[in-house]
Amino acid sequence: MNIKKYLTLVAATSFSLSALAWEPSGKVECIAPADPGGGWDFTCRSVGNVMEELDIVPGNVQTLNMAGAGGGVAFAHTVSKRAGEEQVLVAASTATTTRLAQGQFPGMNAEMVNWIGALGADYGVIAVAQNSPYQDLPALMEALKEDPRSVKFAGGSAKGGWDHLKVLIAARAADVESLPRIPYLSYNNGGEAMTQVVGGHVDAFTGDITEVQGFLESGDLRVLAVLSEERLPGQYADIPTAREQGIDALGPNWRGFYMPADIPAETRDYWINSLDRIYTSEEWQAVMTQNGLMPFHMSAAEFENFVQEQIQSIADLSREIGLIR
Amino acid sequence: METLGFLMDGFAVALQPENLMFALLGAFLGTLIGALPGLGPANGVAILIPLAFTLGLRPETALIMLTAVYAGAMYGGRISSILLNIPGDEPAMMTCLDGYPMARKGKAAEALAISAVASFMGSLIATIGLILLAPILARFALTFGPAEYFALFLLAFATLGGITGKNPMKTVVAACIGLMIATVGIDNTGVQRFTFGALELYEGVDFIIAIVGLFAISELLFFIEDKAGGGKEKMQVNKLKLSFADLRAIMPSCFRGGFLGFIAGVLPGAGASLGSFIGYTLEKKMVGKKGYFGEGDPRGVAGPEAGNNGASSGALVPMLTLGVPGSGTTAVLLALLISMNITPGPLMFTQNADIVWGVIAALLIGNFLLLVLNIPLVGIFVKLLSVPPRYLLPIVTMIAFVGIYSISNTTFDLYFMVAFGVAGYIFRKLEIPLVPIILGLLLGPEMEKNLRHALDLADGDWSVLWESGLAIGLWVFAGLGLILPYILGPLLRRRMGKAMEEGPTAD
Repeated sequence: MNIKKYLTLVAATSFSLSALAWEPSGKVECIAPADPGGGWDFTCRSVGNVMEELDIVPGNVQTLNMAGAGGGVAFAHTVSKRAGEEQVLVAASTATTTRLAQGQFPGMNAEMVNWIGALGADYGVIAVAQNSPYQDLPALMEALKEDPRSVKFAGGSAKGGWDHLKVLIAARAADVESLPRIPYLSYNNGGEAMTQVVGGHVDAFTGDITEVQGFLESGDLRVLAVLSEERLPGQYADIPTAREQGIDALGPNWRGFYMPADIPAETRDYWINSLDRIYTSEEWQAVMTQNGLMPFHMSAAEFENFVQEQIQSIADLSREIGLIR
Repeated sequence: METLGFLMDGFAVALQPENLMFALLGAFLGTLIGALPGLGPANGVAILIPLAFTLGLRPETALIMLTAVYAGAMYGGRISSILLNIPGDEPAMMTCLDGYPMARKGKAAEALAISAVASFMGSLIATIGLILLAPILARFALTFGPAEYFALFLLAFATLGGITGKNPMKTVVAACIGLMIATVGIDNTGVQRFTFGALELYEGVDFIIAIVGLFAISELLFFIEDKAGGGKEKMQVNKLKLSFADLRAIMPSCFRGGFLGFIAGVLPGAGASLGSFIGYTLEKKMVGKKGYFGEGDPRGVAGPEAGNNGASSGALVPMLTLGVPGSGTTAVLLALLISMNITPGPLMFTQNADIVWGVIAALLIGNFLLLVLNIPLVGIFVKLLSVPPRYLLPIVTMIAFVGIYSISNTTFDLYFMVAFGVAGYIFRKLEIPLVPIILGLLLGPEMEKNLRHALDLADGDWSVLWESGLAIGLWVFAGLGLILPYILGPLLRRRMGKAMEEGPTAD
């Protein structure tokens, strides 16, 4: 009896071991839902490299660029054509949740894919030109309270996009009324928007911390607040957070991945564990420092909840400004 | 002196073995394509864009290669002008005037060599101009607000037809078609326009697909139409006998042509045709009765060649600094930049300094390579010209398909490209120019956005559009640009036509 029990135990263990030991074989793909050169493309390529260095994947990770509809084409592709595929990662960021929240991927929602984890974030900033009368965020918000049209913002995302939402998140936290009336001008990218602010044509800039680096060093731009929980490390340590100025606004633009639906639990666990391993690795930390990515890590259920919550709060905000009904 | 340092960094980028190799490849392919009758630089770059994507090149390498293609195509344009009296494109027309007579006198090699040297000088002068002028203009660009940008885009459209445009009305029609295609997609308030629920249309029509379809695929359709392809004139090239004194004799013409060409190129819309035309007429005026223009005067080759190459480099100035292309080819290059997530404009000189200066350095190196490549290799190019298009065009088509597919990995784009090809074929049959369509497509969204921004900033007050002096100036120029072709155009074309005497056989 004892021996039989022992044998079953051995069998069970070895079975579960082999199940735990799921490993990718052959081609691993990372879909970047944009043209080469953008943020998603960067996420795929840099994480792919680290995966190769850490031997998480057998060969190399092939980056597949699939631009269209701000990630919608890739999302639809993952939902409809890739379900059950175990070796496909798709790069995502706050732009993905924003569009999901605003119903811009028609007939699709966040539950149709597996959210694996996030590996860093770029935090939002609100900045003005060097010669601007506004010295801190509360002063800017006071002006908005008196007349919501008195300060005009420029950013790199579309109207209702993440850069626009960051202004609204901050304004709502500062109890500014009539959010829809705050003017927001959308440009092709943060750089173009900043040029207009530095050139004195628009009052304030909303974007991410990595975007302002150049103009911050040249002194043309003054960052009023960074929308992070604590002050950022390194060269950004002098920039006050919105929180410490009494305005409880957060704006992390995270970088992470989702995978197709219907994949086995052990496969999912493998990729979740791999992302955890990547995040703590020296190689990835070096990539983060080099590219201005700030600490931000979540995986599995925690990340899934975070994504749902972010979608919910963006949906609320979008409804409030009349962007969606 | 800061500029000099940047330029040195640029050389460091351009001289990397890989980049140098692709510059050489681009120069070679560009010359080849430019030499094919009827294919100008805009087509050349459009046809080779997919190659850059197929090879998965890095942005700076892709740009360097395509800049070399651009320069190469300008060079190649004169091979068919001189040997066959068929200009590859409009700017090469003036080269026929004295180039072809020279070839008939048995001086084809000299004509080719002189035009190579003149092209080199023209490009060199213009590139130096670009180096000096671009950073100044880039700083000046900071003063452009939305209202000024809107006026600038209007100016670009108004001058599109250019002084030498054939039918200003058709140019306007073409620009409108481009603007209409540009409205497809999600506008910047989040409203969908003409997307019909297709996810692929949310971001609008990709201009690279439009460009490759309109230019490359329609070319293929044209070829299928006249299957003839074979019956070309035999081309003979004699042995080169060119003395130092001959070269010195054409140098003043090169300087004058290059300088004037550069100025013509910087003005939006005017472009290379005007450059070569001014180059030629000026030479005729300057030299006067002493020359034998129209009968094979070397100065009649040098002037327009320097002029058109000067203009083509000059056209890069507004493209790189303001994002407003001065010619068809620069429009194609602009589309390439945007698709690589590089936004031309004042910021490009700080944020993508390595790319900008890499490209400028590549232009210098490319011109040098072309000079070296062209004089000894002219025989090979002539031989390659006799390769029937039935081998050449399928290769071009294959590259186009693979390249476009590799950008986004959807077959939707391929269907779209073919549709654009058919449309391009029809437009060309109707003599509707293709470049304004591309410009409309490229600049339409920008123009709309700047108008919206200007009105947003002014709380809906339209008068903001002509409030600043700069904006008023641009409006005035735009008005002139729209009216002048009607007055000066026929006059210039008559003169050009008179000068042509025999007239080119191709369109």
